[in-house]
Amino acid sequence: MHIPDGFLDGDVAAAAAVPAVAAVGYGVRRAGRSLDDRKVPLLGVTAAFIFAVQMLNFPVAGGTSGHLLGGALAAILLGPWLACIVMAVVISGQAFVFADGGVTALGANVFNMGVVGALGIGLAMVAARRLLPRTRTTFLAVAGIGAWASVMAGALLCAVELGVSGTVPLHTVLPAMLGVHALIGIGEAVITVAAVSAVLATRPDLIDGAGFGALPSGTPAPGREVTS
Amino acid sequence: MRRIPTIAFVALALALAIGLATAVSPYASSRPDGLERVAADQGFLADGTTHPAQESSPIPDYAFPGIADARVATGVAGFAGTLGIFLVGAGVAWGLRRLRGAPSGAASA
Repeated sequence: MHIPDGFLDGDVAAAAAVPAVAAVGYGVRRAGRSLDDRKVPLLGVTAAFIFAVQMLNFPVAGGTSGHLLGGALAAILLGPWLACIVMAVVISGQAFVFADGGVTALGANVFNMGVVGALGIGLAMVAARRLLPRTRTTFLAVAGIGAWASVMAGALLCAVELGVSGTVPLHTVLPAMLGVHALIGIGEAVITVAAVSAVLATRPDLIDGAGFGALPSGTPAPGREVTS
Repeated sequence: MRRIPTIAFVALALALAIGLATAVSPYASSRPDGLERVAADQGFLADGTTHPAQESSPIPDYAFPGIADARVATGVAGFAGTLGIFLVGAGVAWGLRRLRGAPSGAASA
């Protein structure tokens, strides 16, 4: 879903960059508090994993492929604000080293593919913690559904940006983008749940996205202390 | 329950990422992705341009330059990119921790 230069009107690209810069900037401001020593290599390896898996395009219907975005996964592993930094690193690297995704569209791409998913799943995790039973199943269900929704949100924003830019009428691009990404989002959900499960099985304490508590017996709760 | 040390976890995860990018990405689907497909179907794919800053991209389109075999070029690009992104990500985190996380008093030094 990398938007190249030329798809977006300059004003739209600039407007989309505002929330991206704000979220990444806030993440940078908070980084001193949220980054402990072990999170330094974890941030690097999360970025590397997302970059690698983004290369693994999988086929979906109609001669089309999709790939992981990763914003939701990064937020579950590192928390939403560090995830914004991770996604900015990945998407900037793709733009400047691999010519994948535009330079003027960089802010829009970070917003669509990173910030929205990261902050969205952060909110979903907070809500789930309050409203749903704190089980491993709930945690993984929120991860999977949130990952799918993050792709749909990114596709929606991308379509709106294209429509407002006057590149293509919104009423034609929106259903097309949502339709194909409803399928691609399933891949995002599968990869996200698999990766989160693997971390839960090996080092559940490394998962930030939680304080979720009440994981199966013998599995320590990930993240912060459970206070309830 | 005995847990693997953090450094081993990071090493394993990095090895998995590098392995996927090097050995699997050459066999990934080369079909257009969702946005490219919609852009082609709806006639705005040709609006895409290359920014001047991207004219001299080190590894354009995930193909490492100077390698004739397309699959090898993609695998090498994946290897270099994954390792590079790890170093940049960890470097950024390390820098931010130094900048923002330094004990009070040290930050203004």
